[in-house]
Amino acid sequence: MKMRYIDEFRNPDLIKKTLEEIERIVEPDDHFRIMEACGGHTYSIFHFGLQELLPKNIEFIHGPGCPVCVLPPGRVDEGLEIASKNSEVIFTAFGDVMRVPGKKGSPLNHKAMGTDVRMIYSPLDALNIAIKNPDKKVILFAIGFETTAPSTAITVLKAKELDIDNFFVYSNHVKIIPVLKSILDQPNMRIDGFIGPGHASVIIGAHPYEIIAKEYKKPVVISGFEPLDILQSILMLIKQLKSGESKVEIQYKRVVMEEGNVSALEIIDQVFEDRPAFEWRGLGAIQNSALKLKPEFAKWDAEVHFNVEKIHIEENKDAQCGEILKGMLKPNQCKLFGKVCTPDNPVGALMVSSEGACATYYNHLYSTMSS
Amino acid sequence: MLKEKVAFREPTIQLAHGAGGKASRRLIEGLLVPYLNVKELNDAAYVQADQTKIAFTADSFVVNPLRFPGGSIGELAINGTVNDIAMGGAKPLAIVTTLIIEAGLETEILESEIKAMHEAAEKANVAIVGGDTKVVEHQKADKLFITTAGIGLVDPRVNLSASRVKKGDKIILSGPIGDHGITILFARGDLDLEADIKSDTRSVWPFVSKLINAAAPGLKWMRDPTRGGMATALNELARDAQVAIMLEEEAIKVHPEVRGACEILGLDPMHIANEGQFIAVVSEEYAQDALKAIQQVPGGEQAAIIGEVFESDRHIVLSRSSYGGTRAIDMLVGDPLPRIC
Amino acid sequence: MCLAIPGKIVELLDDQNQYAMIDVSGVKRKVNISLIKHENVNENDWVLIHVGFAMNKISEEQAKEQLQLLQEIGEDKEAMEEVRGYQFE
Repeated sequence: MKMRYIDEFRNPDLIKKTLEEIERIVEPDDHFRIMEACGGHTYSIFHFGLQELLPKNIEFIHGPGCPVCVLPPGRVDEGLEIASKNSEVIFTAFGDVMRVPGKKGSPLNHKAMGTDVRMIYSPLDALNIAIKNPDKKVILFAIGFETTAPSTAITVLKAKELDIDNFFVYSNHVKIIPVLKSILDQPNMRIDGFIGPGHASVIIGAHPYEIIAKEYKKPVVISGFEPLDILQSILMLIKQLKSGESKVEIQYKRVVMEEGNVSALEIIDQVFEDRPAFEWRGLGAIQNSALKLKPEFAKWDAEVHFNVEKIHIEENKDAQCGEILKGMLKPNQCKLFGKVCTPDNPVGALMVSSEGACATYYNHLYSTMSS
Repeated sequence: MLKEKVAFREPTIQLAHGAGGKASRRLIEGLLVPYLNVKELNDAAYVQADQTKIAFTADSFVVNPLRFPGGSIGELAINGTVNDIAMGGAKPLAIVTTLIIEAGLETEILESEIKAMHEAAEKANVAIVGGDTKVVEHQKADKLFITTAGIGLVDPRVNLSASRVKKGDKIILSGPIGDHGITILFARGDLDLEADIKSDTRSVWPFVSKLINAAAPGLKWMRDPTRGGMATALNELARDAQVAIMLEEEAIKVHPEVRGACEILGLDPMHIANEGQFIAVVSEEYAQDALKAIQQVPGGEQAAIIGEVFESDRHIVLSRSSYGGTRAIDMLVGDPLPRIC
Repeated sequence: MCLAIPGKIVELLDDQNQYAMIDVSGVKRKVNISLIKHENVNENDWVLIHVGFAMNKISEEQAKEQLQLLQEIGEDKEAMEEVRGYQFE
């Protein structure tokens, strides 16, 4: 049985056609270094086996769009500290967060040892847990780019509307444009163009990427996640690169509008404001790159309500996450890859989540049973 | 086989060690097996009693919730044990069971489980001949834990060993995957998803016995992909037989609702537990007969040849899509978790 | 950030257009539709779902156009005439 709006974009004949067209346009001396910003695209490229089917002239630089991977080490610990020290606190988070290794273990480890840790699918689930357990305090460990921020925002507004006072958000929402600019600002950065994050762009639209096209002169094609979407986006990018253009194009037209989702942007604006700085794992501090609740929502802000001792964890100096993100190294070229740093025992940001570049490389290209 | 030395260096045992994936493998091979008399890691062990070869297995069941669409822990316990024996090419004969009961459990629940075990045993044509019960303090066991041990009579026509698996052998899968694991995930209620999905728990002996009749000389290896799913079972095959495997994605059947659930949650059906399916590796010569034999048993209509064994230095499992893209199917470390990214 | 999937609205659950029941290949879930209430949301519409929220409606027109574009790659005019009648799905 076919899944609509998914299987049509996995049509084998159209995929073959698009690949042939890419082959036709690419010339032997071409070398295109394309960054797919979003972890979901990294995952899709490998999951659909596209990296093998494309000509070798196309090199993927795997981007920082994995909101779990880039969490500052220590943030998960801070959330877990609150929950493990207070038995009336319930720590809730998406599945992606459950295995992030903290100083004293991951949220799953904590759960196994008795801390009330619960996996949720939607921020609204966390609010429901708070409503059903009035004698407990529920922390929503919120992660995600602009894709997910509106959902957290609506949940906070609901908490306000229903006058729920035992629900708190620990916000780790981050923004895609500041981190892409930060990568583009790095010396020795070698990226020719971007496959833009399709779902974050449903919210923010195409305009925010103009600065990348106009000032940094790099083309951006905002892409969907099915094989045909990614291949079509690559085709569009290569055409721009060959003709020396640099503009922002939307490939994922069936859901991304130029102006984005205006309601969602307003709601983000209503509830969140920029943090002056946020320490990105592997990339260092980036200004105005993360979101926190506005003062008028302090009542639902976990960082205000709980006395959170900042936990700063030094990153392993040998982990070369930053260089991989800039396109200077491939995951397997990092000193720690596969030996010290594995999905089982992740040292750096990019091995933490299954859509991180290193984890993807490891699972698809380098895994052996002896690990 | 146990050629590669695996060391277990972790100071404590964690949940991941029980999930059936890589961490489980490390625990079993690195810590436990060195103290045991295990020759090959299979679903059932072989014990020679004079002229008779017996398949001998043990299993434990700690599922939450106890009841779910399509079955309950009692049924899982019997079918799971029967299937392990069947995977050894043996006719299941008898099971003993232990029940570890948390004090405070309603009698009605225990009774309905023992009834479920009785019915499953009747259906599977196996006798529950004895057992043991213990009651532990409240919160020392999650309502009910069931363990079993089972024996079966190994069919003399059968010679199952990973070392017999060679390039060109075909891989047969008995039916659609992912039903059981997704059912349990939904039954826990945390995700607020509804669908018409139920556990596929059943005895696979009826299929195996016909398979043996039709293709015994070509039958080389079998496994039921329970916890850890197809990915675990096939990676274990690749490693134990020192081969690589190429699957055809389109041949692997998944019910639409299971696929829908996996798409929503970001899960791969290959990592999800099954309780009523099995994989058989059969020589090319016997593959069609083997397949037909399974398909002719009611419930086996969806059996299919899903892939083939090939030679490679890297003992990996690959899956090829309809448009020729291949991806690696890796074992997970712990349980599969829904993701939003 | 990225896992969002298409689902069909099978029932609008309240008057203020806050919730709808969606169906993804037979799996049903209640989804919050406040982010798209400014669009004209109806039963049988397809929407993109992420963490229990509808993010946007899916445009059938755009999907058709995209597939048509890909179909037309390298084809000459005559073939394009045939493709004019290409049915989505």
